[in-house]
Amino acid sequence: MGRTLAEKIISEHAGQDVAAGQIVVVPVDLAYVQDGTGPLTVSACEKMKLERLANPSRCLLFLDHSAPCSRMELATDHVRLRNFAAKTGAVIYEVGDGVCHQIVAEQYAAPGMIIVGADSHTCTGGALGALATGMGSTDIAVAMGLGKTWLRVPETYRINVAGRLPAGVFAKDLILYLIGSIGADGATYKAIEFAGETIEKMPMHERLVLSNMAVEAGAKCGIIRADEITREHLKHYGREDAFREIAPDPDAAYERAIDVDAAQLAPMVARPHTVDNTCRVDDPDVAGTEINQVFLGSCTNGRLEDIRLFAKLVEGKTRHPRTRVLVTAASRDVYRRCLREGLFEQLNDFGATINTPGCGPCCGVHAGILGDGEVCLATTNRNFKARMGNPRSFVYLASPATCAASALTGCISDPRGGWSGTTD
Amino acid sequence: MAGRAHKFGDNINTDEIIPGRYLNTTDRAELARHCMEDAAPEFTGKVKPGDVIVGGVNFGCGSSREHAPVAIKAAGCSCVVAESFARIFYRNAINTGLPIFECPQAVKAIDQGDEIEVEVATGTIRDLTTGETFKSLPFPQAMRDIIDAGGLMEYVKRGG
Repeated sequence: MGRTLAEKIISEHAGQDVAAGQIVVVPVDLAYVQDGTGPLTVSACEKMKLERLANPSRCLLFLDHSAPCSRMELATDHVRLRNFAAKTGAVIYEVGDGVCHQIVAEQYAAPGMIIVGADSHTCTGGALGALATGMGSTDIAVAMGLGKTWLRVPETYRINVAGRLPAGVFAKDLILYLIGSIGADGATYKAIEFAGETIEKMPMHERLVLSNMAVEAGAKCGIIRADEITREHLKHYGREDAFREIAPDPDAAYERAIDVDAAQLAPMVARPHTVDNTCRVDDPDVAGTEINQVFLGSCTNGRLEDIRLFAKLVEGKTRHPRTRVLVTAASRDVYRRCLREGLFEQLNDFGATINTPGCGPCCGVHAGILGDGEVCLATTNRNFKARMGNPRSFVYLASPATCAASALTGCISDPRGGWSGTTD
Repeated sequence: MAGRAHKFGDNINTDEIIPGRYLNTTDRAELARHCMEDAAPEFTGKVKPGDVIVGGVNFGCGSSREHAPVAIKAAGCSCVVAESFARIFYRNAINTGLPIFECPQAVKAIDQGDEIEVEVATGTIRDLTTGETFKSLPFPQAMRDIIDAGGLMEYVKRGG
């Protein structure tokens, strides 16, 4: 019997052929925490006396969820993480370095790895052909201390995408469509493999969007086979050596296969307060909804290509006076490239606020919390009640293109009218 | 253990269980004070030691924050019974020693405020108000070992 990508990667690590349903202990290639979950990991390491980490250079601590700090308690948590790094040799990424998942995609993730992180969007790394999954703080403490974790080998859903995405339609619309179709628990515990000709041609910054949001359907991971696009991505960051081909066997057993015709898709919006509460952008239920804030950023859509597209779509114009616009690059590298291309100068003229690389207002801790009754249209991955810091506010999710069109009109707008972007 | 049922709907996420704005603390009393604050503001005023949270499908979805099961435990709840659990919450509950039971039949039958008795070792759930008894799905042995040790930290300390 052939093996899925998840079965293959776990088999290699477990040193035995495994199939869905088995529970095995595996070595991990990378373990990381962020400033929200990290303090509990530090406590757990102390309590378990695991302060000699198995492989310190593969243990990462990111200061991204509250960066720069908004409160003294959080600043003190940062101190604790810095001290832990100094004591153990774990690698710390400072305030302003960016979102953990983006830095992992740039500098660490590679095909065939097992990556665990104390953040649910750790699944982002699946776009590079790794088995990357989120866990809790104590699990990561064990992964850092002992260099291993236990995994139940997941069954796999294969998502086959064929056809060309229409102009103005992006990976974000595809994944919102999928989550809306199968539901927020539609793939609970499963591995998702994204495949098909649309995915084979899809650039890495778009693949990362799909893998990033796999968890919003409950999935353990969202994996894409490693190919030339993966190799190019690694080469771009000076890591071509980390490339290896890894693909599922042709006769692998999938629990479910879902076919999607990309050509039939439209720009999508997720309405408050669940990610699966989706509709097309031209649905009368959302079209024209007035918005107070647009947020362009996050580990989902805060990459150079996202900011470049947004800037192109609003070029020479100013934002609607009702709608403030927050822009947060996903990493320091993205930030530097935006500066070099003049994108921030242009967005500043547009009336946008450029924030420090990191999570920005996505997690409701700082840098753009909403007021009572306010509405935000965001390129992020979650629109839960109070997600952006206020239970009496409303978050809608969409692509950077839909956010650009809406920042111009002050209400949720279809980016396809007079399309002037690029689809690549 | 026995207590009153506090019913919640489907897809209760960890932002609702403990909002991100309180993640600067690992103080259990502080986490308990804000547990379920955005999903049901009256919850913390009503919950008593031994009470049971009864959720729908996909309980604990969203963020990986381990503060969520810790907050539920700190609020005094003895366990969570749900139709299904999100993956990371499931692991976190086992790791932190919060008993959880997957039992769709029980969730459908139990009403808000019913008196519930749960036998952790056997996964037996009794609705003392109606007299009905339910049996939850058993845990695989690997997870049973962690639960029996009292959580992942104890399991590791014992050399598991």
